[in-house]
Amino acid sequence: MTGMKYVDDFRDPALARVLVEQIHREAARPIRVMEFCGGHTHAIFRFGLRELLAGAVELRSGPGCPVCVTAATDLDHAIALADAPGVLLATFGDMMRVPGSRGDLQSARARGADVRIVYSPADAVTLARENPQREVIFLGVGFETTASGIAAALLQAEAECIPNFSMLSLHKLTPPATRAILDAGQIALDGILGPGHVSAIIGSAAWEFLPRDYGMPVAVSGFEPLDLLSAIAALVRAVARGEPAVINTYARSVKSQGNPVAQNLLARVFEVGAAEWRGFGRIPASGLNLRAEFSHRDAARCFSTPRLPAYDPPGCRCGDVLRGVIEPPACALYGRVCTPRNPLGPCMVSAEGACAAYYHYGEALPG
Amino acid sequence: MCLAIPVQIQSIDSSRNAVVELGGVTRQISLIMTPEAEVGDYVLVHTGYAISVLEEEEALASLEAFAELARIQAQLELEQES
Repeated sequence: MTGMKYVDDFRDPALARVLVEQIHREAARPIRVMEFCGGHTHAIFRFGLRELLAGAVELRSGPGCPVCVTAATDLDHAIALADAPGVLLATFGDMMRVPGSRGDLQSARARGADVRIVYSPADAVTLARENPQREVIFLGVGFETTASGIAAALLQAEAECIPNFSMLSLHKLTPPATRAILDAGQIALDGILGPGHVSAIIGSAAWEFLPRDYGMPVAVSGFEPLDLLSAIAALVRAVARGEPAVINTYARSVKSQGNPVAQNLLARVFEVGAAEWRGFGRIPASGLNLRAEFSHRDAARCFSTPRLPAYDPPGCRCGDVLRGVIEPPACALYGRVCTPRNPLGPCMVSAEGACAAYYHYGEALPG
Repeated sequence: MCLAIPVQIQSIDSSRNAVVELGGVTRQISLIMTPEAEVGDYVLVHTGYAISVLEEEEALASLEAFAELARIQAQLELEQES
């Protein structure tokens, strides 16, 4: 990945060192920042930022991994749909190994369910077009970033009158989960690193409630080292000065008001409702359900499946990790029986899960 | 999951689909969410959809701010040494 415009310039080691020095100089006391986004967690590890900032800034992973926050009961629903006769379930690849209460999509496929991995929701519409005798169900998982493309794909199926395309909408909204963490008060935070690509959709202004209602600074960040360091530097400065605000350090991609076309797509296809989050339970107004006019494409309505009681993997503390209450090595399963090769919980399954990031980049077991 | 990658638009067809090169592979993406995107622009692509057009001026402004910070810091260090 060299020679890439908008990437290499933001990896300049000399400028990174300058930002690190500024952070250490201006941090009057060590502060704790939550990075909402799982992509940030990975970038922070990959570029070694935790070590560079040790003593000035503690970084704590948040719930920003859509795969991880998908509740076991919803996964069970998806697996039951995949098992239904005549169904072709299309999903993003990182959902395959996420454990439901009784297995995962990969094991469903092994026993004969037709589960296909797609790169784009548009590919799922193509599958429906090319397989008219099958019911193609798209497993709709993701935050605002992903949900807007999925909305576009659903409207494409509508426009083309493709009758055999539906979706299970498990989409979730990021601001309500951030509120839930702050309202619970289980972890003391000084600032939030705002998700970059979610904010490209919803706009940096969507985070105004953090300084306004919680006195909490938020810095919307990109994913390269200079992006992350400048966002963290901005948070350190905001804390030191006692001036909480929304700071957009990813202005090349994120506008204050976000992407209005994407927002219109979301509003046209979905309505906001309560959603079940792993680790949080039910959060009001935190999910996206298909509007009634698209109920003929709502797999939850169109297919009846057996619903059995759901439970999380025994001993798995993914929920506590997602709320930022513990770091992965504090879980008794982490690295001992739960590894990326043999993951028990979703935070170890997903490439952007916090447990996978800690493990991959060699965060040692405690003691 | 919200991974998005900057790619340059090589061509655009009448349905607002664009051809881009992604990791050495030529792919088609949708520009439905970025009506302002033109050939030659860089866009952030997520699951086959461009979600934003990268603003060169903003990128340069950020880089200039970092460079300025580096100059200030170098000056501070010089003053501390003297």
